[in-house]
Amino acid sequence: MAKKPKNKRRDFLQLSTVTLGAVGTAAFIWPFLKSMSPAEDTLAAGSTEVDISAIEEGQSITIKWRGKPVFIKKRTKDEIDAAKMVQASDLRDPQDDADRVQKEEWLVLVGVCTHLGCVPLGQKVSDMKGEYDGWYCPCHGSHYDTSGRIRKGPAPKNLDVPPYTFLNDNTIKIG
Amino acid sequence: MDKNRKVHQFKNPVLNWIEFRLPIISYFKKEYGDYPMPKNCNYFWSFGALATITLVTMIVSGIFLAMNYTPHTDMAFDSVERIMRDVNYGWLMRYIHSNGAAFFFIIVYIHIVRAMYFGSYKYPRELNWILGVFIFLLMMATSFLGYTLPWGQMSYWGATVITNLFSAIPFIGEGLKTWLLGDYNVGNATLNRFFALHYVLPFVIFGVVGLHVAAVHVHGSNNPDGIDIKTNNDSVNFFPYMLIKDTVAMCAFGVAISAVIFFGPNLMAEVDNYIPADPLVTPAHIVPNWYLAPFYAILRAVPDKLGGVLLMFGAIVILFVLPWLDRSKVRSCNYRPIYKWFMMGFFVNFFALGYVGMLPAEGLYLLIARVGLLYYFGFFFIITPFVGWIEKPSKLPLSISDVYAKSITPNIGGGEKGIPSPAMQKDTNL
Repeated sequence: MAKKPKNKRRDFLQLSTVTLGAVGTAAFIWPFLKSMSPAEDTLAAGSTEVDISAIEEGQSITIKWRGKPVFIKKRTKDEIDAAKMVQASDLRDPQDDADRVQKEEWLVLVGVCTHLGCVPLGQKVSDMKGEYDGWYCPCHGSHYDTSGRIRKGPAPKNLDVPPYTFLNDNTIKIG
Repeated sequence: MDKNRKVHQFKNPVLNWIEFRLPIISYFKKEYGDYPMPKNCNYFWSFGALATITLVTMIVSGIFLAMNYTPHTDMAFDSVERIMRDVNYGWLMRYIHSNGAAFFFIIVYIHIVRAMYFGSYKYPRELNWILGVFIFLLMMATSFLGYTLPWGQMSYWGATVITNLFSAIPFIGEGLKTWLLGDYNVGNATLNRFFALHYVLPFVIFGVVGLHVAAVHVHGSNNPDGIDIKTNNDSVNFFPYMLIKDTVAMCAFGVAISAVIFFGPNLMAEVDNYIPADPLVTPAHIVPNWYLAPFYAILRAVPDKLGGVLLMFGAIVILFVLPWLDRSKVRSCNYRPIYKWFMMGFFVNFFALGYVGMLPAEGLYLLIARVGLLYYFGFFFIITPFVGWIEKPSKLPLSISDVYAKSITPNIGGGEKGIPSPAMQKDTNL
């Protein structure tokens, strides 16, 4: 049954008012939600330059970049071989060692477990390094290999590789 | 305006003046004076009142702590230590607040156990149960936010682990986590907003508690026999009987919490939280607060990130639908010979989950957590609907008074059926 023109007009006015009101409310809420995202100064946290000349083979240092720990490790020949031996297709997060390093003796990783954000052990000589001789996260038992790839435990992904460049043989710029 | 509104008349003219303009006096008289409580309610029914008292204590002690606390990563830890050492009675405020949180959960867990065992969640109190689960969720969120504020090692890493749970959500997870933190990791922006939210959420809880109480007052409180009030003989007035009973419970509670506050204030605290937060070093064992440990055990029992997070939140969400999973019309487990044991098994299982949730997730502990996880969900999805279907409940008493008639008559010999002792009789019941 067709409505009378008068009702149609009223329906239209009602619908358009409610719609405009909803859009207006959403537009008003947006700045509040957006204010909770990282602020400009946080985003501009920038880059860090690190002198790596003092790092011996097999040693690893931890530096702070954007509030997170970054591991810089000078790998031994054995560790590089162990990382290269692995078939990428056998891994949970398949990645070749060559895709994770720029120079194969230097491994640079964000030292944050991809499970729930703990800092894995393995930086100190005395630390537990896990079953694959890389890093071991004590929180929930994730094992990473000498390329920082997830091998065992609940973590879904490999340790992140941050953006970095070699400024010269002795200096890395992270970020 | 309803001209026919009947205004309640009191002897006091001031009360009458107020009542005419805002009928709040008659409201309180109805809800907290004449409100009929089933006369068979035991001390389990005092835990709602205890929870309310604890909530108020937490809000008051929290406001006074906030007067001396600084929500900044460089100063938070030191400001808490200053509260402990230099602020007059600051140590007392802080120990009341930290132990009060633990006791709040003890009380609420007992309150939930009571609601589950005696079937308080069933018709017609389903909405009341839902509001209660909602309060429980808000409490967990609030306690998590508050635990971050002292900015010790456990604060920092607890916040890191819990906020990382959100990163398990496919596609939007990482973005959502960053938005919640206001940074790429837990930092000053996070501490600031956690403080703001920790301050406001208790007032939200207070509002939902108001709805929770209002909802239970519509159909009245449940009772250990799970049967409805039929006559005035079945109930006593809230004032003075239940008020006095709740006061006795409050005194016992006061003794218990004082014993902990004054003689073992750090019994339930983690030593690592007295080490200032260090974003570069994770403590060897991240231990949740014991009252969140059962859910943490579920999270760790699953060898998959997203799966663990889903089951952990699912373990809480499942509570919302309990009234519809349980098909039995009999409320109290006292009259359910089979379900009763599964229910007790559920409580023991929950306790065991909490125990292994505090220990490293390996070997036997991990096995216990996995068995516990299976029972937890099996209880809701299989046992509860199935037992309700096959079980033959025992015979329910005809009325609440009937319970007493049965237990009293044989002893005193030939006593009048259904007549309670004079002290228990309602004074308005003429």
